[in-house]
Order: sequence, then structure tokens, then C-alpha cells
Amino acid sequence: MSTLLRLATAGSVDDGKSTLVGRLLFDSKSVLADQFDAVERVSRDRGLAAADLALLTDGLRSEREQGITIDVAYRYFATARRTFILADCPGHVQYTRNTVTGASTADVVVVLVDVRGGLQEQTRRHLAVASLLRVPHVVVVVNKIDLVDYDQAVYDSVAADVIAAARDLGMPDVTTIPVSALAGDNVVTRSERTPWYTGPSVLEHLEELSPKGAPDDEPLRFPVQLVIRPQSAADARFRDYRGYAGQIASGVVRIGDEIVALPSGRTSRVVGIDQAGQELDEAFAPQSATLRLADDIDISRGDLIASAVGAPELTQDIEGTLAWLSDAPLRAGSKVLVKHGTRTVQALVRAVTGRLDLDSASVLPADTLGLNDIGHVTLRLASAVPAEPYVDARSTGAFLIVDPHDGNTLAAGMVGDALLATANV
Amino acid sequence: MTLTPSRELSQLQWLESESIHIIREVAAEFERPVILFSGGKDSVVMLHLAVKAFWPAPVPFAVLHVDTGHNFPEVLQFRDETAERLGLRLEVARVQDYIDDGRLRERADGTRNPLQTQPLLDAISEHRFDAVFGGGRRDEEKARAKERVFSLRDEFGQWDPRNQRPELWNLYNGRHTPGQHVRVFPLSNWTELDIWQYIGAEKIELPSLYYAHDREVFERDGMLLAVGPHSEPREGETVTTRQVRYRTVGDMSCTGAVASPASTVEDVIAEVAATRVTERGATRADDRISEAAMEDRKKEGYF
Repeated sequence: MSTLLRLATAGSVDDGKSTLVGRLLFDSKSVLADQFDAVERVSRDRGLAAADLALLTDGLRSEREQGITIDVAYRYFATARRTFILADCPGHVQYTRNTVTGASTADVVVVLVDVRGGLQEQTRRHLAVASLLRVPHVVVVVNKIDLVDYDQAVYDSVAADVIAAARDLGMPDVTTIPVSALAGDNVVTRSERTPWYTGPSVLEHLEELSPKGAPDDEPLRFPVQLVIRPQSAADARFRDYRGYAGQIASGVVRIGDEIVALPSGRTSRVVGIDQAGQELDEAFAPQSATLRLADDIDISRGDLIASAVGAPELTQDIEGTLAWLSDAPLRAGSKVLVKHGTRTVQALVRAVTGRLDLDSASVLPADTLGLNDIGHVTLRLASAVPAEPYVDARSTGAFLIVDPHDGNTLAAGMVGDALLATANV
Repeated sequence: MTLTPSRELSQLQWLESESIHIIREVAAEFERPVILFSGGKDSVVMLHLAVKAFWPAPVPFAVLHVDTGHNFPEVLQFRDETAERLGLRLEVARVQDYIDDGRLRERADGTRNPLQTQPLLDAISEHRFDAVFGGGRRDEEKARAKERVFSLRDEFGQWDPRNQRPELWNLYNGRHTPGQHVRVFPLSNWTELDIWQYIGAEKIELPSLYYAHDREVFERDGMLLAVGPHSEPREGETVTTRQVRYRTVGDMSCTGAVASPASTVEDVIAEVAATRVTERGATRADDRISEAAMEDRKKEGYF
């Protein structure tokens, strides 16, 4: 069985990120002949001696014209054991916006560092975003090792800085790998030019990682997307069918499980788990399923079905951490929409209480948040939601801030002090 | 002691669950969604996922096809039979009508693919569709690799790739103002190989021309084009009967066949896994026009 791993890449300009991605795609034979021909043709037109693999990832006309990557691009490659979805996140100007987007769904973030420049402010920022968004794994690729003659001492010093910075940000497990993306050292196969390095290549490491915490250890969280009631079904067996459709956000659901519906607080028992006509004994995150319950209780879109034991508390007041993604700054007093799970509610921004300063890894006082800022806010919601701290529940602790006027997404939100947990460790 | 079975999804189960989640979000948040359905393999898989998403209730969407007038007859028949079998309302927007009354003019190169944009946008506004499902995949083409799952279109149907909403977690934002609509791509994360493996695993029926058959073809620009009313060989192009199949199904005048003996879904999976050329590179003349042919069409409101 082939399993799936989602990764996001992050790096500063000229760290060689596009080259690394191009190399992963090319060496895993995921680049097909006509795509490679196109890259060779453009490389020739630009007067380059060899095919520039970075061109594989630049999709838009303006990106090719400016020679930069503007937006997250998604790439697909596979080995015999695993399928990879790669969110290639640009490293400049709007970096946080793009890195946050890529990291929000990633099982692993791959951060690039130029071995000659060592740890940069942007590296710290990428690590902070990975920590903030609770990405389960972080790999730091120390690139351009060929340009320091494969010198172990230079690598060791950069790796030590990276590991120290990660520890400051609350990430104990960060893997570092010495790489030359350009020459292909330790990308897909282990290089003979780094005999002092005994760890896996980047691809070998990615093949070994477990995607995330096992669903077995998590409580059931099932945001209801819609109620399926085929009253006019041709088949009479289904005229009384009533199922709650959704994608399991965390945990496992089994026949017979006691559940609670929120916000109503009513309890019931699971009597059926359907997947398009197939009856299952259990289902687990992130499966899409339809649940049938023993009692006809009032449940509709926006509600959360949770395990009866350890169900989340309802609250109208959220202390949250925002990654602000809009050009217009956030101020106290703003009316916004909060999308949490399958529910959207009105909210008032009561206060902006702090902003993360990455250089000092501390929270500074602030009363506004600008583009790419990460900060702390308090929100008052028009109705109560089952909000859980993001640090405990990556899927039910997340929310969006949406502009009620034009509908644009303004911020990625995380319930609780994700930021303090990041900055104060 | 009992061992807990490992709870991990295969990549196909994972993709299926993601797509079903996306389709259900649209049903819940939009008033008048429609599925673009051509009878091509991606749209067939998309419709199959929609059936699974709402079972045992019927699919709560209409289906829309933009017919270039150059479609393969067996694909049109498959389209009609599928809509009939699932009890879906089928709307057809016809490029031919636009050519007949002069709203569109035939292009010099004979391809009608770019001509589909206006009938598509007109159908969207005429029926006031607010969400339009497309079968586009990010692995197909480099402009598509930058596309969101929920992609906002302005009142002219335009895509602005430099100003897309960030898409976080699985919290899709479908808010739009009157006149705007949202294109939704539930197969964004699927690859051509995933699609074929899923067709095999779920035993999904496809139009017969996806499998090897004998056909009269001629070669043009390195592609095998079928001889038919909409694609005549020019002087110097010889017609031969070859064993071919189609990797994509579109306009007869610009969709090429590939020489292939793959007559079963298993054969096709093996062939796709070993291929060295992308499906669009192999079979779509219109995407060869320029580096940015797809990007330019998408900005104007194309699929």
C-alpha cells in the first residue's frame, strides 16, 4: 500500500529551493520528457550551459519573466513506497503568507539554509511558522555544501545554530542534512563526497517519516458538513435515512460509541458508519464518512460530533494567535467573520495584545497587526463554538478570519497561546 | 494481547476522502452549484465521487457540458447515458450555436477549444451558477499547479493568479459577492496515475476510446489525429489504421491519440506508470501554442 505524505518547502531567496525541488522531481523520475525539453529550451534561450531545474517550478508568466516564484505551487512525485504532495512556498516578500499556507496542511516542512550564510532571520521565521502551525516534522537542508568543499566543520557549525534556534522555538526534533541540490549530493542518494555524514538522504528521510500522530490516541472530532436525508429516494429503505456527513478531523469512531453533539450538548450513540453504501465498523481521521445515531437529536451543519468523554468546552471568547495575511492592518474594534470547522460566526476583535518579534523570540506589545505579522488577539464571538487549543488539536483549534464585506481571507487563526508556547520555551 | 491494526489510509483513500469533503462543502455553502461534465475520465471520476459523497441521496447538482461541436460521438453518448442513469439535469452549451449566429468565429487553425470560454461563462450567468466544479488537476500543467481548490472568479469570469486567497488547512472559503462565482477543483491533488488506479479500484466505466482500438489516423505535429468530419488529413498526410487509445478526450480537431495496445484498465495503469511524456504534451495541440497558453486561457475564464 502506498501512503501519502504532504510536505512544504521554505527557504530564503537564492537558497536553492527551486533547484532542490527540481532535483527531487527529476531524480525521482517525476519529470517527464516533454517537461524537461521545455526547461532545456528555455535554459538555452537564456544562455545557460545546463538545464536550470529551478524552471520546473515556475508556473506563471510573470514568474518566468521576473525569475522569481510568486505563489505556492503544488507538485507531485512518488517513489515505490510513498506518494508526495509538495507545496513549494516562495521565500521572499510575502513569505509568511505563503509559508503559513503550505505549512497548514503539511506533515513535514523542509527549510533550506545556504551553508555559506548560515542561519538567517528568514530561517528563524520559517522555523517559527513550522512551530506555530505544529507541523509534525521539520527537516533543515543545509544546501550548497559543494561550495565549501564538503567541509564537515562548516556544516557542523550551521547545523548546531539551526538546532539551537529550533530548540528556542520549542522544537526538539529537527533533522539536518548536508546537501548540494545542484550537484545532487544527499538529495535522492547518499553522497560519497560527504563520508562524514552517516544519515539518510532527503528522499530516504521523507520516505521513513510517519505522517502524523496516530488517530488512536486522539479524541473523536467530527464537524458536520451536512445532513443526508433522502426523503424522496426511489429505494424505500432509505426514506427514513438520516445521516451526518463529514470528514473525521481527529480520532476514531466505532459502532456503539457514545457521542455528544455540540453546541446542543445532547448525547447519543453511533449505530451506523456509512461510506457510500458500505457499512463500516469503525472509521478514523481523515476519512470522510456518514454517521447514523440512535436518537433523532437536532444536529445540523456547523455542529461538532465529539466523543462524549473529554468533549471540548463551548466558548464565546477566544484568545487566539493570528498570522495576519492581508495588506490592510488589523485593529481592535474590527468586525470580522470566524470560520471554525464547518461553522462561520460573526466576531468582534476586542484587542490586539502582542506581536511576535522573531529576533528576540519574544512577544512585544502591539495594538495592530500588519501583513505577515504573527500576533495575539482576543475575540468575542456572536455564538459559542467548541474551541480547543491548537497546540492540542491541530484540526479543531484552527480557524480563518474572513472579511465580511468582500469575503477575503484575512488571517490564519489558532486557538490559544500557540505563540507563547512558541516564544517562551 | 491484541495488536491494534495500523490506522493509515492508502493514498487513494486519502484523496477520495479529501475530494468528498470538498464536494460536500460546496453543497452546504452554495445555492446553485453545477458540475462540468464532458464524459472525459476526470469528470467521470468527479461525478463518481459526488455520488459517493451524498449516498443514499441523489447528487444535488446539475451537470453542464460545453460542446465544441467537434466531440467524439461515443463520448457524447456516454455523457447522455450517464446523466440519464444518475437522474441528473444535463445542460449543454453549444459552441456551434455561437458560430451559427456569428457571436463567435471559427479560428484559422480550426481548433475550437479556446472558443468554449464564452459559452461557458454565458451558461454560468444565465443559470446563475455560483459554484462550478471542474475536473482540473494541478499535475496537468504549470499554471494549474498554482490554482486553489476554491478559486474565485470575478464578474467577467477572470482568474487573477497574482491575487488568490490563501487556502489554509481544510477550511475552504467560498464567500463571493453577486456576479462572482467560485470554480472548485476537487481533484486538485490527484495525478493521472491516481485517476487510473482509482478507476481500476472502483471499477468505473469510461467511454471506450480510452482503451486500445483500431482507428484510421494521420500524423500531424507528432500527434495521431483521428479521421473524421472535423479532422481531415491535409495534402501529404497519409491515413493508416493503427491500434490507438486516447489519454485525454476533447475536441477531435486538436486531441491526439497515442499508439497503444492497452485494452484493459490494468494495462493502462501500467502504461501510465511507465510513460515519459505528460498527457497534455502527448495529446493537446492547443497547449503547445506557447509557454503560457493555459494560463492565458484560464485568466479569461476557461475551465
